[in-house]
Amino acid sequence: MKLENKNPQFTKIQELVYELKVTGVMTRDLITVPPTAKMSELRTILRDNRISGTPVVKDEQLVGLISVEDLLTWLTRGGTDCPVEQVMSRKVHTLYADEPLVHAVSKLEEFGYGRLPVLDRRTGALVGLITKGDIIEGLLHELQIDYHEEEIHRYRASHFFEDMIADKITVNFHYHIHGKKIEQGGEVASDLKRSLKRLGLHPDVVRRTAIATYEAEMNVIIYAEEGRVDVNVEPDLIRIEVRDRGQGIADVGQAIEPGYSTAPDWVRELGFGAGMGLPNIKNCARDFDLASTVGRGTTLRIGIPTGGEEKRCA
Amino acid sequence: MRLKEVAKKLELEVRSGAGRLEAEVRGGYASDLMSDVIANAEEGCLWVTLQSHVNIVAVAAMKELAGIILVNGREPQEETVAKGDEKNVPILVSRLPAFELIGRLHRLGIPGQGADAEGS
Repeated sequence: MKLENKNPQFTKIQELVYELKVTGVMTRDLITVPPTAKMSELRTILRDNRISGTPVVKDEQLVGLISVEDLLTWLTRGGTDCPVEQVMSRKVHTLYADEPLVHAVSKLEEFGYGRLPVLDRRTGALVGLITKGDIIEGLLHELQIDYHEEEIHRYRASHFFEDMIADKITVNFHYHIHGKKIEQGGEVASDLKRSLKRLGLHPDVVRRTAIATYEAEMNVIIYAEEGRVDVNVEPDLIRIEVRDRGQGIADVGQAIEPGYSTAPDWVRELGFGAGMGLPNIKNCARDFDLASTVGRGTTLRIGIPTGGEEKRCA
Repeated sequence: MRLKEVAKKLELEVRSGAGRLEAEVRGGYASDLMSDVIANAEEGCLWVTLQSHVNIVAVAAMKELAGIILVNGREPQEETVAKGDEKNVPILVSRLPAFELIGRLHRLGIPGQGADAEGS
């Protein structure tokens, strides 16, 4: 299905009807009747519970549905008292509890029913009933939760630093990178990403910092003996410095050209060293400074504003 | 669609991260270059690749991808499987080559990223 609508709230609902399961919104508290119940009793059950129909259940299995309409048909035919099973509809459309809501929506629409019984896929037992009202209520509830989570997120993002009282606030993170251990690549970036998320920074800022750090970390691993990452977070700016003791870069200008690489074959075979690392970093950062001395090592300094500035990566 | 259903429909075999197959697959991305995936793959998407070494797990974990599918019958290395289980990253394998597998993913309704950009 194509989501063509540009209205984010509408798209969210479309997303939700695929995401939510029938089991999440259905009514579990059911009024049911056994097939042996008398039609005369049914009248009272429907009236007292103010419902227009009810599932007929035997040994937890759904055997039919009986509604006000069936009751009327029975009355016009004389209304001679008999068991419900002689009047009920036996051909019943059902849903499984683990189906997405969108199936419920389309089945209700297709057959024009007011309600559909919900079965457990494994045991076939009747576990609930779903109506259009349940679906609307479920969607509204979910939207409210989403909205609430966004609010909490905003709170954390805007208040972590505001709640701290000082003339200047800085949060620092330091990491050590073991050179040549390619199998550990990405650990520093991963740890930093988790930490920045906890600070409540904007997801886009976290994403850009993680990408830039990952690339810098891989560079140290591939080209140097060891290195360190120092991250300095201030309310409006993240500064990252990656310093290594390695072979250094002969021509820094050339190194930041997309596609330029000096990586050995074994590194390229792993899908690294395609000359995309430094350009990726540059695309993610506002400030970019690369200084290197051949034989001594390289220092990369970048700055990423925390203001959620619209600058896309790569 | 959930990863579990995708795996069933396309006969993918699970090699790691079996506990995370309930995750919703939001899209797909195909690439064998780590920097490309790091820069461009989006959260919740399935990554189709030929790479089977341990670093794919770190990349998928950092980008919070739904999982990795190795194509052409490639098997993940032993340490890749171990890391996948440790980080809870599903790795699945397919006997199909990438082009065919991606075609089938599309037919299941899994969109490629950037489909919106075409104005479709």
